[in-house]
Amino acid sequence: MSSSPTRKQRQRPRRALWAVAGETLLEWIIRLSGISAIIFVLAIFVFVFREAAPVLTNEEFNLVEFFTSIAWYPTSAQNVRYGTLALIAGTFSVTALAMALAVPFGLGGAIYISEFCRPRTREVLKIVIELLAAVPSVVWGFIGLTVMSRLLVEYGGAPVGVNMLNGAIILALMAVPIIVSIGEDALKAVPDSFREAGIAMGASRWQLIYRVLLPAAKNGLLAAVLLGIGRAVGETMAVLMATGHAVQIPHGILDPIRTLTANVAAELGEAPAGSPHYRVLFMTGVLLFTITFVVNLTADFVIRGVKRK
Amino acid sequence: MIVSRAHFVGTVALILAACFCLLSGCRESSEASGSRATIQNKGSDTMVNVAQAWAEEYRRVRPDVDVEVSGGGSGVGIAALIKGTVDIANASRNMKPEEMAQARANTGKMPVELIVGYDALAVFVHKDNPLDEISIDQLAGIYSEKGTITLWSQLGVQIPNTRHDEIVRISRQSSSGTYEFFREKVLSKKDFKLGSLDMNGSKEVVELVAGTPTAIGYSGMGYASAGVKMLKIAKEPGKPAVEPTMRTTLSKEYPIARSLQVYTLGQPAGEVKEYIEWMMGPDGQRVLEESGYVPLPSKAGGR
Repeated sequence: MSSSPTRKQRQRPRRALWAVAGETLLEWIIRLSGISAIIFVLAIFVFVFREAAPVLTNEEFNLVEFFTSIAWYPTSAQNVRYGTLALIAGTFSVTALAMALAVPFGLGGAIYISEFCRPRTREVLKIVIELLAAVPSVVWGFIGLTVMSRLLVEYGGAPVGVNMLNGAIILALMAVPIIVSIGEDALKAVPDSFREAGIAMGASRWQLIYRVLLPAAKNGLLAAVLLGIGRAVGETMAVLMATGHAVQIPHGILDPIRTLTANVAAELGEAPAGSPHYRVLFMTGVLLFTITFVVNLTADFVIRGVKRK
Repeated sequence: MIVSRAHFVGTVALILAACFCLLSGCRESSEASGSRATIQNKGSDTMVNVAQAWAEEYRRVRPDVDVEVSGGGSGVGIAALIKGTVDIANASRNMKPEEMAQARANTGKMPVELIVGYDALAVFVHKDNPLDEISIDQLAGIYSEKGTITLWSQLGVQIPNTRHDEIVRISRQSSSGTYEFFREKVLSKKDFKLGSLDMNGSKEVVELVAGTPTAIGYSGMGYASAGVKMLKIAKEPGKPAVEPTMRTTLSKEYPIARSLQVYTLGQPAGEVKEYIEWMMGPDGQRVLEESGYVPLPSKAGGR
């Protein structure tokens, strides 16, 4: 007992000054890299908004029209109009359809990998799914443009191959890997004691999943879905190529649409810098940023809910 | 494990690619500092085919001159000319007076226009579409904002092998010279009807029409393919419809033909001047004709 404080006192002075200084420096570097993420996000928002802001006072631009009109005529010779309602509807409809396709497959895949399959199958499946997540979006777009569009015309009875369903299938294929891997983690995080208790009560495998695991992993699974949505909303290249790029409110899943992201990608390069058109495109950027921010924040809160449990 | 291995392979590939780029970059720059001249050429997507063919052919004639060609649309080329970043801007529409003024204010030089050829703007439908001709009024009815033609049956045709009747309108992105020309000549400057599929290139329009039985689209005549049919166009209903050909384009019988022009800042000089003269000479005009455009009337030669 009495020897330990003296040993501590002896150890302290032994640390060289450079070691202490080095450690402090490292600490600061790490702290800075941590904070840098916040700085970058804020800086992006500030710069995007700064490019967009002057249009708010432009007389050609009307914020109500921006949100409620479907007329998108940025280069009209007679009547320039900046209505993004059709683009917003396009983004949300293709995302919703993509999720309707991706969520059953994604959650099903997560449950299978986590609960049913043998370890070797699991390893193979996880690798293949990670591979699916690594396919670049322009390759997906290419598949949508060439393969999927032909299939949809031939077997789906669609008048045009590039349409909302095409884009949604491509987006679903991109979102499934995210949903599967995060969903699987959430199911894995349920303590084995839950499973053991369920089996001990005589529950079948299905009952165990439906009554015990899904409710226990609810928040994690919801977060998986929300992150999948974030991916789908922000995706650009694939939807630019696969959705047909038509400004209209879709009336069916086979109608071509245009999304906010694809619109920015297609038009920003040609809009003269500083023109109202250019600034309105940045405004849609702010809108997109807000949408993905809300989705990610919701996902974050949901995940935090899991941890508190 | 696997993921990290994939990362490793990816990193190695990236490093190799970077090395390669550096090496080739070095080589190029050392050549450029020698006797090689480079001409920057940008603009019209309608003209990008012929611009590339010209550049390739010119390499054979003058191996010491590099012509770098990129497309993007007439608006993009003109914007680059205003900034002074290109030597030659290709445009399938005329430069607007305010663009001229901007270029002059920005660079101190007035853009000079030279017509290097002609192009007929063809209206395409799927090859199985029984329709053979269409009038400008009908086109406006299909494409313009207040147009009332939405079904093929309104034009008196039924598309074989499909139950769809609705016309699928295929158009161009708004920076395209073709888009503006169509708006001016066919829609008399009125706006397009929303909901058209706006493609980013002439070729994409033709490909989509070829794959869509109920589609209609417009592009330069040079982009015609086996999967599509060019319609004859009547200036007014009742008047005879004219097929887009070289002869009808030059005689202005075909109603939606246009000139293709290049713009330079100030009178072209040096290598740029020689290149443009070659374009407008017999060899350049032969390349233009082979790419599916209409050459300048032979006697006029230059301008």
